[in-house]
Amino acid sequence: MPPPRRSQLWIRSLALGVGGVLASVFAFIMFSALEALARGRGLSLFGNLWSPGAGQFGIMPMIAASLLLSLSALALGWTVSLGCCCALHLRTCPRLSKLLMGILRFMTAMPTVVYGFAAVFLLVPLIRSALGGSGFCWFTAGVVLALQGVPTMTLVMDGAMASLEKETGITSAALGFTPLQHLVWVVLPSMKPWLFSAAVLGFGRAMGDTLIPTMLAGNAPQFPASPLDSVRTLTAHISLVLSSDMGGGEHLSLMLSGGILLTISLLVSLTVRYISFRGRRR
Amino acid sequence: MNVKRLLAALVLLVLCAGAAVAAPLDVFKDMKGTLDIAGGTAHIPVMNKAAQSIMTFNGDIRITVAGGGSGVGVKQAGEGLVGIGNTGRPLKESEIKEYGLETFPFAIDGVAVVVNPKNTVRALTAKQIAGIYAGTVKDWGEVGGEPGAINVYGREDGSGTRETFTEKILGKTELAPSVNVVSSNGAMKTAVAQDARAIGYVGIGHIEESIAGIVIDGMIPSQENAANGSYTVVRNLFMNTKGTPTGLTAAFIDYIYSADGARFITESGYIPVPRGQ
Repeated sequence: MPPPRRSQLWIRSLALGVGGVLASVFAFIMFSALEALARGRGLSLFGNLWSPGAGQFGIMPMIAASLLLSLSALALGWTVSLGCCCALHLRTCPRLSKLLMGILRFMTAMPTVVYGFAAVFLLVPLIRSALGGSGFCWFTAGVVLALQGVPTMTLVMDGAMASLEKETGITSAALGFTPLQHLVWVVLPSMKPWLFSAAVLGFGRAMGDTLIPTMLAGNAPQFPASPLDSVRTLTAHISLVLSSDMGGGEHLSLMLSGGILLTISLLVSLTVRYISFRGRRR
Repeated sequence: MNVKRLLAALVLLVLCAGAAVAAPLDVFKDMKGTLDIAGGTAHIPVMNKAAQSIMTFNGDIRITVAGGGSGVGVKQAGEGLVGIGNTGRPLKESEIKEYGLETFPFAIDGVAVVVNPKNTVRALTAKQIAGIYAGTVKDWGEVGGEPGAINVYGREDGSGTRETFTEKILGKTELAPSVNVVSSNGAMKTAVAQDARAIGYVGIGHIEESIAGIVIDGMIPSQENAANGSYTVVRNLFMNTKGTPTGLTAAFIDYIYSADGARFITESGYIPVPRGQ
């Protein structure tokens, strides 16, 4: 039974309203970023040095840190997620799979500040004593960000794997495939678009997280020379500068950081859309 | 019976406490209007606490608190844009003359350099500290400690604590970009308390057993020494008004000097200064 006309109208106007709010937020941030670029010509906003005292407001180190940190977290997290997903579906030990699934579902609901807080007291001292440095670094933040992204990515992969297994399971079994062979030779190759969209989602989450990098990455505005160096991401930069209400170049750099972050997440979600569209058409 | 008596005593106690707390606020009873405050960022926690307490007591009063820095405080108070302009430094002769400003020091903001209690270094010169923050001194061995890389922690741009530290110790020395940044006194304490090779700085009211204060050029960091002037990594926090304050502005300044005000100042990690000093 199709829904009555009036409720359709309701739903449409609500959707329009929500869409309008989102569009205005987007427009506001983009305009502010462009305005920052226009007004901040003499402030070298895209410079390599952040030193407000000397009139240098470069955010290049922060852009580099955001990209490096989220890509490394993604590389680690995606691999672990794929492993988790395969372990879940091979059913070598059903009880273990059940436990793993329970843990993953629980982890999706965990606020990132909990990860950050626990890591400050557990992981940071461990890395400081084992690898040197202060422990507040690219590596620490990367590991925790990877952990944070695992549940989302695993659940995306798991959904795709379950439906593909169902589609091809009987045929494969009839051909004499073991479950492992089925997984490796049939399911995984046809899962490519979902593996990719899980990666894009994970990247977006790692890029957008604020608390984990602020609490763990050390926040020094520099280009890292090693994974043990302290770095400052765009999100951490925004939260640090925002905590002390200031005008001038600092403020403009925030607007620009916001614009860059939004552009990246827009690209990420468009990519996901495109991939799932292509996947469905196939 | 006993329970009743206890209850009665409790009620009485609460009433007395209520009266004692409300006393400095009584002047605001029949007041109305708006007071705008702007300027130094270190002042904001104190101003906010006082403003909230006053606005909760009397909803007809509106007090806004903004930052901007000492320069903004002088300019906006001088041009009459705000009732009170805050500065983290004494007014210059020229500013007093140009704008006719009256100044009210109300708190001392002292900053202590701290290390982990396991560190054997307990004294440094201001020059050594500046070297560490500039990145030229990199190892504790260079300043008389056990050899090991120094992990340097600082505060975010715009922090009042960082402003005092920069002004009194670093001077014109350029900060190394590799300095780790934490965003509160609490986060600084956690970082230094855990890291045996750390150096950092906190508001002097935040020193406790988990971190050790550093003697700088022979000056021992403590609340008393900051108050009596023998520890000089301090600055006064000032409120400034154009001419002699009246009405709500005057009442607000009186309130900052009251027992409530002193409590807000201490809670924010500063040392209260009595009126007229």
